[in-house]
Amino acid sequence: MSATAVVSQPHADPAAALGRAAVLALIAAGLLIIFVPLLLTLYLSLFDEKLILFPPRGYTLAWYPAIIPNFGGAVLVSLELAFGAVIGSLLIGVPAGIALSRYRFRGAGIISTLLLAPLTVPGIALGLAIYLFLVLIEIGTGWPLTGSLLGLILSHLIVTMPWVVRLSVASLVNHDRAAEEAAASLGASPVRVIWRVTLPAMRQGIIAAGLFAFITSFGNLEMALFLVAPGVTTLPVAILEYLEYHIDPLVAAVAVAQMVLIALLLLVLDRFVRLGQVVR
Amino acid sequence: MSAAALQLRALSRQFGTHYAVRGVDLDVAPGEMIVLLGPSGCGKTTTLRMLAGFLSASSGDILLDGASIAALPPHRRDIGIVFQSYALFPHLSVARNVRFGLEMRRVPRAAADERVAEMLRLVKLDRFADRLPRQLSGGQQQRVALARALAIRPRLLLLDEPLSNLDAALRQEMAREIRILQREGGITSIVVTHDQSEAMAMADRLVIMRDGVVEQVGSQEEVYERPATPFVASFIGQSNLIRGRLADAGTLVTEGGARVALAARYAGAGAACLAVRPESIRLAAKGGSAGGVVRLCTYLGAVLEHVVRLEDGTDLIVRGAGERHEAGARVSLIWSAAAERVFDADDRPAAQLAEAEPAMTGGQQTWAR
Repeated sequence: MSATAVVSQPHADPAAALGRAAVLALIAAGLLIIFVPLLLTLYLSLFDEKLILFPPRGYTLAWYPAIIPNFGGAVLVSLELAFGAVIGSLLIGVPAGIALSRYRFRGAGIISTLLLAPLTVPGIALGLAIYLFLVLIEIGTGWPLTGSLLGLILSHLIVTMPWVVRLSVASLVNHDRAAEEAAASLGASPVRVIWRVTLPAMRQGIIAAGLFAFITSFGNLEMALFLVAPGVTTLPVAILEYLEYHIDPLVAAVAVAQMVLIALLLLVLDRFVRLGQVVR
Repeated sequence: MSAAALQLRALSRQFGTHYAVRGVDLDVAPGEMIVLLGPSGCGKTTTLRMLAGFLSASSGDILLDGASIAALPPHRRDIGIVFQSYALFPHLSVARNVRFGLEMRRVPRAAADERVAEMLRLVKLDRFADRLPRQLSGGQQQRVALARALAIRPRLLLLDEPLSNLDAALRQEMAREIRILQREGGITSIVVTHDQSEAMAMADRLVIMRDGVVEQVGSQEEVYERPATPFVASFIGQSNLIRGRLADAGTLVTEGGARVALAARYAGAGAACLAVRPESIRLAAKGGSAGGVVRLCTYLGAVLEHVVRLEDGTDLIVRGAGERHEAGARVSLIWSAAAERVFDADDRPAAQLAEAEPAMTGGQQTWAR
């Protein structure tokens, strides 16, 4: 690889060649850091051992079928929760993104900051705060929010919303406002302008936002940690609880399954939108 | 008066304390194409946006077919707009773009189909009905934008810098096409542009704007031959502007102290500005209105261009066929009374006195508007 590069550029500046080598080394290091843990997880999930011992006595696929009885319920809750969070954050975040990028109004800066701020707060602090908040509401109103799917969805909205708002705003940055004015001049009321022109223009951004919201919610541990209840436990919390009593390759198998699920989701979505274009 | 299709009444728009548009009055006849022309920041685009309803007027009124539309939102105005960027809907085919306004008006399917086909034929894009905008050239996109705006049978058509995004070769062709469609359809239209050749090519009447105020309204001939202000004289075509004061009815003393013998005689005295077009000046060996020294002579093909410096240091541009005078040569500058405009201290045209050269009176007109 480097040999051909040198041959094709016989007069290459040694400093530039060094720079190129450094960049390649960085890329290689980055790929290693990302993929080695993933590959190790995959490797561990195949160990035929009760405890994680190295080297293993043998290899087995038996951990995978064991996922369903141990974690099936949690996966289901996590999927329901993620879908709820995606739909909720799109319903609120997309209109917010349109408003923030399209209209100038008093308080726009504050709303923008509030919607994006949760990214800056440690998740565990947010999770605890939300738990206390929901308990207070529960005491005040009698609505059983803690330990309910609704409570979980509401808490996840806080961490999924920033992604949706940011991607919505970003998807309108390069959009020609004149298209909306043209639609208005052709007789479209403001609502129809948004429906017929603005939203179609945001399509890729909305899909990407939904995807990010899904991944964020599906993998989120901290927000759910205090809010789960028997029967309403998310996958990350279930994994954590399982790890308190067991250290076996089942957890690695669950992690691999989760990765495969999200990777498949990305592949499917990539057929509809060029993710590389949306996420820059 | 009531025959006007569009009337602007003292239309103004303020941004903070700054007037972007100030007291614009204008009557547009049905089927007329008016071009708002001026440098950037002159208020022409602000005026267009107020007509479209994207901006509200600070004061004044807009009447369309006699009724005020100033309070109507854009989607109730029935005004077609062709944007500078075309603003086509990127996710819709050409036919769906053209159809958009008809869908908004809930035109029945069959009638809409027919109308879309008719519009696409009109702009010669019937073969491209199923294409997406990004698959078309700039000129074709422009045609789609035009067809889309015309499909709703607008009461008024607004065109924002319609030719500025096209290649030079395509501009004249597109200008002609737009003009023919507009004429034959009898569509009352307002064009906004900063390009005077574009304006000249498209207008029935020109509205020259500067700093939010209308400087002159008139036909191409009027604004070119009888500019109402020094600004118009220099913005439409080119003019040599010489500021000074009227020493007597027939003499202008420049700010630098040079004496220019005017071709006609003028009432009034005091500060004045003389405007003469480069192509109206003839160079001779002696006589004429003023004398100077040639600084530069350039061959431009059809014409020669001389830069002549007056004794006070003012440079005048002279353009025309004729004898070549090399740099350093002393020459006289001659122009006719008809080619000469003198503006008073308020930049209004000074009236020529009747005793001007008899031969020229045929070409003179009253300058008061």
